Amino acid sequence: MNMLTRRLVIAAAALVFAGHASAQEKSIVVASTTSTQDSGLFGHLLPMFKAKTGIDVKVVAQGTGQALDTARRGDADVVFVHAKPAEEKFLSEGFGVKRYPVMYNDFVLIGPKSDPAGVKGSKDIVAALGAIKEKGSDFISRGDKSGTHQAELNLWKVAGIDIAKEKGPWYKEIGQGMGAALNTASASNAYVLADRGTWLSFKNRGDLVISVEGDKRLFNQYGVMLVNPEKHPSVKKDIGQQFIDWLVSAEGQKAIADYKINGEQLFYPNASDSGA
Amino acid sequence: MSHDATALQLVLSGDPALFSIVRLSLYVSLSAVVLAALIGIPLGAWIALTKFPGRQGVIVMLNALMGLPPVVVGLAVYLSLSRSGPLGAFGLLFTPGAMIIAQTVLVAPIIAALTRQTIEDLWIEYRDELTAMNLGPVGRVTALIWDARFSLVTALLAGFGRAAAEVGAIIIVGGNIEGFTRTMTTAIALETSKGDLPLAVGLGLVLIAIVVAVNALAWTARRAGERLAG
Amino acid sequence: MRAPSAELPIEFDGVTVAAGSVTILDNISLALLPGAPTVLIGPNGSGKSTLLRVAMGLLAPTRGRITWGGLEHVPPLKRAIVFQRPAMLRRSAAANIRFALRAAGIPRAEHARRVYELLELVGLAHLADRAARRLSGGEQQRLALARALARDPAVLFLDEPTASLDPVATKAVEDIIRTVSERNIKVVMATHDLGEARRLAGDVVMLHRGRIVEAADAASFFDRPQTAEAKTFLAGELLV
Repeated sequence: MNMLTRRLVIAAAALVFAGHASAQEKSIVVASTTSTQDSGLFGHLLPMFKAKTGIDVKVVAQGTGQALDTARRGDADVVFVHAKPAEEKFLSEGFGVKRYPVMYNDFVLIGPKSDPAGVKGSKDIVAALGAIKEKGSDFISRGDKSGTHQAELNLWKVAGIDIAKEKGPWYKEIGQGMGAALNTASASNAYVLADRGTWLSFKNRGDLVISVEGDKRLFNQYGVMLVNPEKHPSVKKDIGQQFIDWLVSAEGQKAIADYKINGEQLFYPNASDSGA
Repeated sequence: MSHDATALQLVLSGDPALFSIVRLSLYVSLSAVVLAALIGIPLGAWIALTKFPGRQGVIVMLNALMGLPPVVVGLAVYLSLSRSGPLGAFGLLFTPGAMIIAQTVLVAPIIAALTRQTIEDLWIEYRDELTAMNLGPVGRVTALIWDARFSLVTALLAGFGRAAAEVGAIIIVGGNIEGFTRTMTTAIALETSKGDLPLAVGLGLVLIAIVVAVNALAWTARRAGERLAG
Repeated sequence: MRAPSAELPIEFDGVTVAAGSVTILDNISLALLPGAPTVLIGPNGSGKSTLLRVAMGLLAPTRGRITWGGLEHVPPLKRAIVFQRPAMLRRSAAANIRFALRAAGIPRAEHARRVYELLELVGLAHLADRAARRLSGGEQQRLALARALARDPAVLFLDEPTASLDPVATKAVEDIIRTVSERNIKVVMATHDLGEARRLAGDVVMLHRGRIVEAADAASFFDRPQTAEAKTFLAGELLV
C-alpha cells in the first residue's frame, strides 16, 4: 500500500488503541451483577481499593448469567455474582479457580401500596407468591438468568408452582436488570422480587413499598471467583487475586458493612462463613 | 457523579465525572466518524465511478446497511473482540477502542452511501470536462470529492448524529464501565434503570445540546466555505 | 507563438459513429490541417458536436479510423475542448485554472504566472477570486477557454461557444478566439451562427444528417456554394 494509505492506517490504529494504553496500567475487569452496581456498593468500595493498591477495577455490570458467560469467554478476570448453584457449575466446568463467599443481603418482595394480592406485612414469601398467582396480580420477573431471577424461579418451585407452565398474562418477563424491573413495576403497579440494596438506592418508587421481608428463604449470598488462567492465559491472576483477597480481608469486609444508605446497611459481610 | 444533583448543577459546577463522560462520548463518536470517512468516502466514490458486474446490487446493499441495527452490530463486534473470538488477542473488548470499532461499522455505510449518491450526481455534471482534461481515476476522484465537500460534510454530520445517539452497540462492546467506557448515552441508560429519571433527563438534554452545537459549528463552517467558493 | 505540432493533421478516414440503430456520423472523411480556424456549420442535430468529440478523442468511431499526426490512439495531452455549457468547478476562477494546470502536469512553480497570464488573456483578471459558479454566462465561457488554454494545446475545439451569449460577450469570446488562432493554435469550432462563421472561418465544413455536404475555404463556400443544401442553408432557409 502506498505511503498515504500506510500513514492513515497507522493513525486509525492509534485512535482505536489509544484507550487501550491505560489497560497496561494495573487494572482488572470484574464481571458482576447489576445489584452491586445499582446499589452503589462498588462506588463505595472501589475507590478504597484503588487508593490502597493502585489497581483500577473495571466493573462490567451484567446479570449473573451474562457475567458468568463473559468469564467463560475469558473477557473478565474476576467474576462476582450471587447464584451459588450457577457459580458451582462454573467451577466444575473448570472456568474458575476457587469460590469465596463475600457477603449476603436479602431479597424483598416489592409491591404496590394498594396490595391487590393481600400479602403486605407477611413474613412468608412462599405463601405470598401463591397468593399472587391465585389472584393473578401483576408480577414482574427479571427473566434474564440473573442471580435474582434464579432466586425467584427457585421460590416458585418451593411454592409448588411450575411457573413456566402456570404463568399467565399477569407474569411479565422483561429480560432486563434490577433497576429496569423496578421501573416497570413502579409504572404498572406490580409486584417484583428485588434485592434490598438496589431497592434502597432506587429513586423512582411511585406507589411501591416492601410487601414481604424477613423470610429466611430470601437470603441472597454473593460469591467471588478468579477466572481460571489455565483456560484463559490472558487473565490477570495476580492482581485479580489481590482484589479477591481484599474483599474477604478484614478491611474489605468492614468496608462492605460500612456501606449504608440513609443509615441502613445493605450488605452483610460473611467471608468467614465457609458454608455460605 | 453525585446522584443528588441535577444535571444542570453538575454542568454548572464543572463536575469532573460529567465532563469526562462528555469527553469520552465525543472522542468515541468523532473518532468513529473519522475512521468511517476514511473508509466510506473512497469506497462511495469508487462505487459511483466504476462499472462492475452486480453494481446495482451493491448500491442497494449499501443503502440497506445504513439501517443496520446497532444492537446487532454490537453483538457481532462483541463476539469478534471477545478473548474467545477471532480478534481476542488485541484485548480490545470493554475499551473505548471497541466502541469506536462498533460505531465505525455503523457509520461507514451511511457515509459511503451518501458519498456514492453525491459523487454520482456530480460526475454526471463533470464527466465531459474531467475526461477532456485527461485525468486518471485518482485525479477524477480527488477532484469530485473536493468539489462535493459541502455535501460530504453533511454526510459526516449524519454519521456523527447516528454515532452520538446510539447506545445499543457501545453498551455491549464497552460494558458501560464507570470512568472508562461510560458515555452520555450509556450513562442515561444506566441512570434510567436506576430510577434516577431527573438525572437521566438532564443528561439527555446535555447530549442534545452537544449534538446541536456540533451541527451549528459545521453549518457555520459550511456557510463560510460556500461564501468563498460558491 | 508555437511551432506546428505533431497533433496535426487530424484525419478522419471513413469514420462512422452509430448508437444502436441511429447513425450520428456517416462515413466522414476529413483532414484538419494547421492554419486558420476550421468552422463546422450545419443545422442542429447534424453531428457537429459528435464530430468534435471524435476529433478530441472523447468518442471512439464505430467504424473507420481517426489519426493525429498519422498516429492512432494519441492521448489528448495537447488537445483541449470547450463545451457549449462548460462545467464550473466549485472554486474560484483562478482555482479552476490552477486545477487545469495541475491536470496538465504543469509544474507548481509556474502556476501563479500562468494563471495570471490566462486570466489577462480572457479578460477575467479582476474576477480571479470570484466563485466560478457566480460568474455570468459569458464570463464562464471565457473561463472555460482559459482552462482549455492552460494545457498549452496545439488544437482547440469549441462547441458552439457563443450560442447562449449576448453580443457583447460574443464579441469578447470571438476576440479571444482570434488571438488564440494568431498564436498558431489550430481552432476547430462548431457554430450555427452564419455571421460568426463568416467572421472567423478560414475553412468551412458543412454537415447535414451526419454527412459532409460541402467543405471549402471560407471565400469559396460563402460566395460560391456548390451544393443544394449549402445554398439552402446560406439562404437562411430551414434545411430538413
